[in-house]
Amino acid sequence: MSVGGFLARRFVGFVVTLLIASFAVFSLMYIAPGDPLSFVLGTRSVSPERVAAAKARYNLDDPFLVRYWDWLTGVLHGDFGRSIVLNQEVSDLISVRLQTTALLVGYATVLFLLVGVALGAAAARRPGPIDSTLTVFATFAIAMPTFVLGTVLITFFAVELGWFPVYGAGVGIVGRLNHLTLPAVTLAFASAGYLARITRSALRDELGREHVETARSRGLSERSVFRRHVLRNALIPIVTVTGLTIGALIAGAVIVETIFALDGLGSLLVEAILKKDYPIVQSIVLILVIVFMVINFLTDVIYTLIDPRLDLGADPNA
Amino acid sequence: MASTIAAAPVRSAGPSLRVRLYATLGVSGLISLVVIVIIASAAAFAPWVAPYDPQTTDLTSVFASPSPSHPLGTDALGRDLLSRLIWGGRTTFIGPLLVIIVSTIIGSALGITSAWVGGHVDNVIARFLDVMFALPGIVFALVAVAIYGAGLTAAVIGLSISYIPYVARVVRGAALRERKLPYVAACSVQGFSALRICVRHLLPNLRTIITAQAVASLGFAVVELAGISFLGLGVQPPTPDWGVSVATGLQAALQGYPAEALYAGTLIVVVVVAFNVLGDRLAATAESAKR
Repeated sequence: MSVGGFLARRFVGFVVTLLIASFAVFSLMYIAPGDPLSFVLGTRSVSPERVAAAKARYNLDDPFLVRYWDWLTGVLHGDFGRSIVLNQEVSDLISVRLQTTALLVGYATVLFLLVGVALGAAAARRPGPIDSTLTVFATFAIAMPTFVLGTVLITFFAVELGWFPVYGAGVGIVGRLNHLTLPAVTLAFASAGYLARITRSALRDELGREHVETARSRGLSERSVFRRHVLRNALIPIVTVTGLTIGALIAGAVIVETIFALDGLGSLLVEAILKKDYPIVQSIVLILVIVFMVINFLTDVIYTLIDPRLDLGADPNA
Repeated sequence: MASTIAAAPVRSAGPSLRVRLYATLGVSGLISLVVIVIIASAAAFAPWVAPYDPQTTDLTSVFASPSPSHPLGTDALGRDLLSRLIWGGRTTFIGPLLVIIVSTIIGSALGITSAWVGGHVDNVIARFLDVMFALPGIVFALVAVAIYGAGLTAAVIGLSISYIPYVARVVRGAALRERKLPYVAACSVQGFSALRICVRHLLPNLRTIITAQAVASLGFAVVELAGISFLGLGVQPPTPDWGVSVATGLQAALQGYPAEALYAGTLIVVVVVAFNVLGDRLAATAESAKR
C-alpha cells in the first residue's frame, strides 16, 4: 500500500472515531440524572419565562439527534454554548485558559524528553551501579503521583526555601516560566522516569545487535556508533512512548493546575464539575478527547512512517 | 468424566509454599508482598489497631508534634494523624480493588469473546476499545463524577470503564494463542459447548496473565483514585483517605505543617511501588511460563 493510501485510510478512521467520541460526549451529559433543563439552567429555581427561553435556545423540544447535530455544527463554528454559573461564552473562557495549559504541557514535554532520554542513555551505556541506581530512581519516579510530588515541591521550594512562587501564573515571559517551573517539574517527573526506562531497554536491545558489533569492528568511534547506529534505531519506541506520554501529561495537568492554582483548562474543568456547570464540562471534555485523538493519530502515523519495516496495509490490531 | 480428571490440579508433595512464592516473586517481589500485606491488614483491622477514632477532633492540641500519645502528631483539628492514616488505608485499598475486579471481569469476558468468536465481533470490539484507549482514565472518572456527583462510587465506575480496554487487549492476545493449543480442539471434539470450554478450560489457563495484569494495574488505580479524592471529587472529607490527607496536608503545609501531606504521600508511593514491582515480577513469570 502506498504511503498516501495509508494516510488517507488512517485519516478516515480518525474522523469516524472523532464523530463517535463527540456523540458519546454529547449523550453522556444527557444521561445525568434529572431533567435536561437542570442541565442548562443549573439546580436553581427559575421563572417559567426563563424555562421557556432556555427550551427555545437549546431546542429542548427537538429530537435528540437533531439536538446533537445543532450542537456539533455549533461547536464546529466555535460556539460551545454559555456557562451556567459564570454566564459567559464558554469559548471565551476556554481560549484564555488554553494558553496556560499549552505552556505548562509544552514546558513539561521539553523537561521529560531531555531528562528521560539522558538518564536512559546513561543507564544503558554504564551497566553497574549507575544503571541500578537510575533504575531504582525510575521505579520510584513512575510511582510518584503528581499531587504528592507537587505538595512536596511546594513545601520545600516555595514555602521553606522561597525559591519559587507558591501560586499563580505570573506575568511576562520570565515571570510565567518562573511560575510554571515547579508545576512543569511536577508534571514531567513520572514521565521522565518512564521514558528513561523505555530508552534504556530500547538502547540495550540495540547495543546487543550484530550490526553494532560490526560497526565497532570497522573501527568507528564509540561516539559515532552510538549516535548513528544505536540511537537512530532506538528512536522508534522512544517516539511512540513520547506521543502517548504527552497525552498523559495533558490529563496530569488537571491535577497539577489545581495544586498550583494555575488558571488552565484542567482547573476550570474541576471547578465546573464541582459547580455542575455542564456546558463547560462538556466543552472541555470534548476538547481533551479531540486533543488526545489527534496526538494518538499523529504518533501512529509518525511511527509507521519512520519504521520502513512495517507493513502499511497490515491491520493495526492483528 | 475425562475432563474432570484432566482439569484437576495434581497435588504432589512438591516444594513448600514458601519456596514456590520465592520462585515466583523473587526477593523484591516478596518484600513488596509483605509490605502490602502489613499495610492492608492494618487498614482492615483499623478499629483494633488505630489508637484513636479518626474523626474525633481535639481543638486543645492542633498540629501537635509527635509524642507518646500521638505517635505522628495531630492535624489542624487535633485529629490523630496515625489513626487517620490507618483508617484512610481502607478507602485507598477498597476503591482500586473494586476498579480492578470490575474491569478484570468485563475486560476478560470481552477479550475472550473477541478471540473466540473473531470476525466482525472481534472488529467491532477492537474499534470500540480503540476509542476508549485514546482517553486517560482520569477523564472517564471526571465525566462519571460530573454525571453522578462527587464521591467514591462515581470515581470507581469511571475508572473501571477506563481499565477495561487494557485487560481486554492482553486477554485477547493470550486467548488467541491459547485457543490454538490441542487441548481446546480436544474439548471441542468431545462436544463441549463454547461457553464451557472458555470458562472451565481457557479461563483457568489464562489466570497467570490476568493476575499479573490486575496487580500491575492496581498501582495505577491507587494513584488515580487518590488523585481524584485529592481534587475533592472522590472520597469526601471528613472520611479519612490518603488522597484527601494529601489535600488537607497541602493546606497545612502552606501554614508550615507538612507532616500529614508527607506521611500520606509516602504511604501512597510505597504502596504503588510495591504493587508495580509485584506486577512486574508476576508478568515476568507469566512471560517465562509461556515459553
